[in-house]
Amino acid sequence: MDRQITVPCNEEAVKELHSGDYVYITGTIYTARDAAHKRMYEALEQGENLPIDVRNNFIYYMGPSPAREGRPIGSAGPTTASRMDKYTPSLLELGLKGMIGKGKRSDAVKQSIIHNGAVYLAAVGGAGALLSKAIISSEVIAYDDLGTEAIRKLQVKDFPVIVVIDSEGNNLYETAAEEYREI
Amino acid sequence: MRTIPVKDIIENIKEMCIEANHFLTEDMKQALNQAEVAEKSPLGRQILNQLGDNLQIAAQDMIPICQDTGMAVIFMEIGQDVHVEGGLLTDAVNEGVRQGYQEGYLRKSVVKDPIYRENTKDNTPAVIHYDIVAGDKIKITVAPKGFGSENMSRIFMLKPADGIEGVKNVVLAAVKDAGPNACPPMIIGVGIGGTFEKCALLAKKALTRPVDERSGIPYVCEMEKELLQKINQSGIGPGGLGGSTTALAVNINTYPTHIAGLPVAVNICCHVNRHCIRII
Repeated sequence: MDRQITVPCNEEAVKELHSGDYVYITGTIYTARDAAHKRMYEALEQGENLPIDVRNNFIYYMGPSPAREGRPIGSAGPTTASRMDKYTPSLLELGLKGMIGKGKRSDAVKQSIIHNGAVYLAAVGGAGALLSKAIISSEVIAYDDLGTEAIRKLQVKDFPVIVVIDSEGNNLYETAAEEYREI
Repeated sequence: MRTIPVKDIIENIKEMCIEANHFLTEDMKQALNQAEVAEKSPLGRQILNQLGDNLQIAAQDMIPICQDTGMAVIFMEIGQDVHVEGGLLTDAVNEGVRQGYQEGYLRKSVVKDPIYRENTKDNTPAVIHYDIVAGDKIKITVAPKGFGSENMSRIFMLKPADGIEGVKNVVLAAVKDAGPNACPPMIIGVGIGGTFEKCALLAKKALTRPVDERSGIPYVCEMEKELLQKINQSGIGPGGLGGSTTALAVNINTYPTHIAGLPVAVNICCHVNRHCIRII
């Protein structure tokens, strides 16, 4: 079913989302991909604070193309989530509630999603021009030196995603493909 | 002997990097439209519809189709009666990429060293494949390659005894393994034969062939059709979210090989199968 969600949000709101739901996200989300995750993970290992408070927040695995003048952002679609799998459980333990990306997750991530009451959402891969239209503003707030891989704070309005792994561990990639499999 | 100044090469490659990242070829657009009509899953149709809208927005507003504007893969087919004047050809190609990615607001995704990973900040160097051919022209193909799908590509050194069934099995296995990671619907480029590196190059080049053009070798043509049908029966679907459109085409190129070998490369490309071709 179609749903609207405002983020940041608590575990109660995340538990309303079910695998296969089409969700429009409005509010504030943060971008982080490979290099930012590595750096955040290393900061945690050293006992340092993260540059963002992940509690009740959503991270979008995305590195945009440069914005043309007068626009908030360039092309802005999801990147493959599995490269972040190594770093994800530590962030979920700190209260991260949602991840937006595309592609499969490891079993460790799935278990951590269930344990921490979180959700994994897919945006349509390769639709970066379309998705950029749902982003109202973008501001680099950490790791500026990483260029496209810096952490950005985005304001989004009706950003379209699909629930892949819900807080109970249901996985749309497995169930939906099975439904249409003919061989 | 015909002389081509390097500035013509720089200018063309700059324009082609920008063009390839904002406009797909007509055969790709048609394949996506046809898929939307044929798709069995309602969510799949919705995703294919979004991909159509995405192409329109990209072209109208000059926003790259995908934020991963790729590593620039460039095929240079150089007529042996061409003389390039004014500098090194490879430098000219890289300068074209540098200018194209800067002026076209394209993402710079190349790191200088695979381990230490410092961004080169201008998307160079390109991966350039030179081929010497007859004539006094240069055919340039600019094919920016995104890595969501590149990462799911595979090489298999099969045994001759594995035969055609062995080839089909590894192609299907690679596509199934790629699943949602490679941004389906995909284009599957397959290289069969040659050596370890030759089959990879065949597969890469196969991705630049129009998706509605089948191989001229009868058994290869049949294999392309059969594999496409089987891939689309896998259920993976648009976005990996279930459906009957997992690939839009399987393009296979072959080459003679050694008595002891049967190399097979599967180069997977997402639906943003970009290439721009010019003859100068």
